Amino acid sequence: MAVTIRIPTILRTYTGDTAEVSISDPGETLGSALEALEVTAPCIRARILDDDGSLRRFVNVYVDDEDVRFLDGLATPLKDGSSIAVIPAVAGG
Amino acid sequence: MTLLTDPAAPTACPSDAAPAPDFGNATGLVCRECGAHYPLGAAYACVECFGPLEVSYDLSGVTREQIEAGPASLWRYAPLLPVAAYAGTEPNLQPGMTKLVRADNLGAALGMTAPLWIKDDSGNPTHSFKDRVVAVAQSAARRLGLTTLACASTGNLANAVAAAAARAGMGSVVVIPSDLEAGKTVTTATYDGTLLAVKGNYDDVNRLCSELIGDPVTETWGFVNVNLRPYYAEGSKTLGYEVAEQLGWRTPQQVVIPVASGSLLTKVDKAWRELTGLGIIAESPYRVFGAQADGCSPVARAFADGLDVIRPVKPDTIAKSLAIGNPADGPYALDAVRRTGGAVASVSDADIVAAIRLLARSEGIFAETAGGVTLATFQRLLATGQASRDAETVLLNTGDGLKTIDAVSGVVGPTAVIDPRVDQVHEVLAPR
Repeated sequence: MAVTIRIPTILRTYTGDTAEVSISDPGETLGSALEALEVTAPCIRARILDDDGSLRRFVNVYVDDEDVRFLDGLATPLKDGSSIAVIPAVAGG
Repeated sequence: MTLLTDPAAPTACPSDAAPAPDFGNATGLVCRECGAHYPLGAAYACVECFGPLEVSYDLSGVTREQIEAGPASLWRYAPLLPVAAYAGTEPNLQPGMTKLVRADNLGAALGMTAPLWIKDDSGNPTHSFKDRVVAVAQSAARRLGLTTLACASTGNLANAVAAAAARAGMGSVVVIPSDLEAGKTVTTATYDGTLLAVKGNYDDVNRLCSELIGDPVTETWGFVNVNLRPYYAEGSKTLGYEVAEQLGWRTPQQVVIPVASGSLLTKVDKAWRELTGLGIIAESPYRVFGAQADGCSPVARAFADGLDVIRPVKPDTIAKSLAIGNPADGPYALDAVRRTGGAVASVSDADIVAAIRLLARSEGIFAETAGGVTLATFQRLLATGQASRDAETVLLNTGDGLKTIDAVSGVVGPTAVIDPRVDQVHEVLAPR
């Protein structure tokens, strides 16, 4: 099983300026995929999650185009080929 | 011949370096969450924590007299904005200084014992308060060398960006949900920039624009409400400054503000705190109230539930200009409301239509749906006792009813359709 994670501009310093990272062994959930991302891009997880391990207040994460706050948050299940997008929430209005 | 230059000297001397962009009294960008500092630039989210960046200033020395000597537009407040002193002389729509209307008829209808005012921002060049924020963002785009104005919009911003870009000879790329009112899409398209109608809601549009940041195709674009958002948002302060100045340099006791992203509410509050801090107005308590539609009320729900986290919703309301299900400034709007002893409430679409009609027949002001939300919410707050009839109140009407005419077209119409004959006029007007 593999998934892709889109990385916002402000976090690309952790991914060598790469906009999309492919994770070949993401586990079953968004949370496990972010742990796998941490192996590829050390220190990035702490930018997305707060000290309690929850999604930061001003970050939106989408799994297959749905905001995970409408799904199961970090427990949102993944399937083979799932697309994850991490996007700053501070926009619009 | 004597060689005057030192071969060992650096090839670029200080005078060759590009001058720092002139942002007036602004000194930098600061993260509202963690306090991290950044230089002034096209940045909007904190690298450390994703928190929103806000402009910081050195406002010392700004005086009431300095403002009063300025032009009759929002540029009179240039010393309080992230703009160069000359920003108002560059091509722009010259928004601001809209009317503050004393609403005695409406006040009587609502049983008010204190003065009621409508700050009617439909008087701006493209008929909404968005001309204010775009003017400041456009100035920032110039300073940063960005040549195309772009935005994610629920409609009013689309008008403002397309028109401001046209006035200045800049390109524009406006991105909207495809189901917006014709009064907003047709007007935007007429300004003849690029208009992208997205199959999705505003939150989908917003997400798309956020993902475009960093894409090579947008290298010279200033998304006014994404990568220029810190500057753009500051433009909303001018509504607060104007209300204070038009009241004779003081704040009202209550203000009711429509809430979409929540930015406008926080900036009106910020404006009044700034004026107070500078000694331009005397400190006086005021209460800030937020207004939403039931079909998109994430901030009102969080307020009612006592939460400081906003749970996003899927919007479903006729108040499309407020249909932001994931409001970026929602937490800060809650902070301002709670700090001042106000409240956030929501109203039904039927209440919105009724309020649009009440405002029109009592004061001759035809508000868009957001204005209906504001008045209907004030009525609800009065009914629940959360707002007071004894406190001087300002309601913000942020847009023009001609843009959302569908909201009322099904419930109003001619009194009668007659032949051009006097007797038929008499018949219609006869007492029944």
